[in-house]
Amino acid sequence: MLAARHVSKDFRDPVTVRVLDDISFAVHRGEFVSVTGKSGCGKSTLLYVLSTMDTDYEGEVIIDNESMKTKKQNQLAQVRNEKIGFVFQFHYLINEFNVLRNIMLPALKLNRYSEAQIEHSALEKLAMLDIQKLATKKVNQLSGGEKQRVAIARALINEPHIIMGDEPTGNLDKRNSEIVFDIFQRLSKEFNQTLLVVTHDSSFAERTDRTIEMEDGKIISQ
Amino acid sequence: MTYPLLLNIAKALMLARWKQTLVAAIGVTFGITMFVALLSFMTGLNKMLDGLILNRSPHVRLYNEIKPSADQPINMSRDYSGHYNFISNLKAGTARLEIYNIGFIMQSLKKDNRVLGLAPRITAQAFFNYGTLDLNGVINGIDVIEESRLFAFKDYVIAGKAEDLKNIPNSIILGKELAATMLANIGDMVNITTSTGTRYSLKLVGLFQSGINEIDKVQSYASISTTQKILNKPGSYITDLAIKMKDINDSPPAAGQYAQLYGTSAEDIQTANAQFETGTRVRMIISYSVGITLLIVAGFGIYNILNMMIYEKMDSIAILKATGFSGSDVKRIFLTISLGIGFFGGLAGLLFGFLLSTGIHQVPFNTEALPTVKTYPINNDPLFYIIGISFSLVTTYFAGLFPARKAGRVDPVIIIRGK
Repeated sequence: MLAARHVSKDFRDPVTVRVLDDISFAVHRGEFVSVTGKSGCGKSTLLYVLSTMDTDYEGEVIIDNESMKTKKQNQLAQVRNEKIGFVFQFHYLINEFNVLRNIMLPALKLNRYSEAQIEHSALEKLAMLDIQKLATKKVNQLSGGEKQRVAIARALINEPHIIMGDEPTGNLDKRNSEIVFDIFQRLSKEFNQTLLVVTHDSSFAERTDRTIEMEDGKIISQ
Repeated sequence: MTYPLLLNIAKALMLARWKQTLVAAIGVTFGITMFVALLSFMTGLNKMLDGLILNRSPHVRLYNEIKPSADQPINMSRDYSGHYNFISNLKAGTARLEIYNIGFIMQSLKKDNRVLGLAPRITAQAFFNYGTLDLNGVINGIDVIEESRLFAFKDYVIAGKAEDLKNIPNSIILGKELAATMLANIGDMVNITTSTGTRYSLKLVGLFQSGINEIDKVQSYASISTTQKILNKPGSYITDLAIKMKDINDSPPAAGQYAQLYGTSAEDIQTANAQFETGTRVRMIISYSVGITLLIVAGFGIYNILNMMIYEKMDSIAILKATGFSGSDVKRIFLTISLGIGFFGGLAGLLFGFLLSTGIHQVPFNTEALPTVKTYPINNDPLFYIIGISFSLVTTYFAGLFPARKAGRVDPVIIIRGK
């Protein structure tokens, strides 16, 4: 499904620091994997390399049996659009559009279904996350927890192979964190969705199927 | 590909910042408005000023120049054939001002399909007798019908009727200034003395005003036959042949050909009035540079506004890229915004430019010198509108290109991590 083979990465500015050191692991279909470690251990960097947004690395990243190493920027964008759903710490919705439109955007870009079909499926996702009443609201009228749920709905819209989360609960209170975790849990159990989540929240990590622990750019346990 | 979607996003971004967008569009509108109005007005004035001279000037003029013969006897002498001969103080012999064989020339010119028409003319020096004074003047013998058809003679006759020159024997039309000097009114008799000393009385049937005071002070017009009679010359006596070509650009080569073919001197309009061409071109250059400067300034406005928009929308750009929009998609979105501003701003500019130039055309412009012009002239050439809209698109494209490329290169990782 998703694999890293001997991935290494250096930050060169101002001095060369090795942030990722020979990382190899694989995530299998339906797995709910968390990556933990102290701040600065390279877990977010790893996620961005795996997400194809960061292309400056050595080694190989394989998504759906395809190496990402040789692909061009436009092809990588296509891969992100089609196969990866993102949930970030900050919610990153587009303020100019309403909730429904935000969710529809990646699917409109993929252009596989008609606009009416996409709207129908976006409403389905909202209903699944129990926030269908937000559909026509403006993004800036939402609370943090609501925004994050909308972001999850957006990540789901193209039925991605994998959902990646970068501290998805990092900016939420206890109650909302629980809601987000429950959603992830449900996606994993009910829909057999593959998930890879970077978090420093140990109570979150403990409850996932598998936890990869990192320190100083290396995996110390998985 | 998914261009409607990109268009949709561009529209949303524009509407979110509609005040800035409007300011940018107004910049373009203003630039195009001034461009169109300025060019319409300038070329309108140009046409009128050029018309003042060029409409009345023959494209090619055939005449006999007074000059000494090129074949002097000494050059033909065998004794001096090997020598280089210098002749000082050479004088022209019995010079004849009339064009030889005018009947044949006119017939042959009428068959030339480059020629629109021709008007024979006679120029005669004369004195106008005003009491004890003799005023210097020129009588032009003309064919009124042809002159009116080809050189708009009628437009400049401000009192009386031009046709009367033909219909009333021994009649004359005086320049307005000349008539004013002599206190002559239509219907009065005007006395003239020719260079040979003969005196004539002619009936004043009209006044003309060319717009150029110097001309109005000395020129007068009579019919060909009247002039021939004054000069005591036969009916074949013609000193000038004014030719109007179908295409003015044919005149220089045609002048050369006619000079050789008919053995006369020939002068084309480009040579005779080179300064008008230069003036026209300089005025055009000024108008274009002012218009283009305005548009470039508007372009910088768009550049600034797009740059600001990109900094504001960094997050949105990052998320678009993270969710699968490529760099070129993002670039296209911002270029669309820029071109949208250029297109709608430009379109409004064309409309306002048209209204402004129409407004200018309504402003009264009464001047003694220009009897036929009542309001400021404008020239609504569709070409200016085409240039205006294309230029607004080109400027906004380049103004948008650099910010758009920057947006396309935004690295989502840096933005997303940066918080």
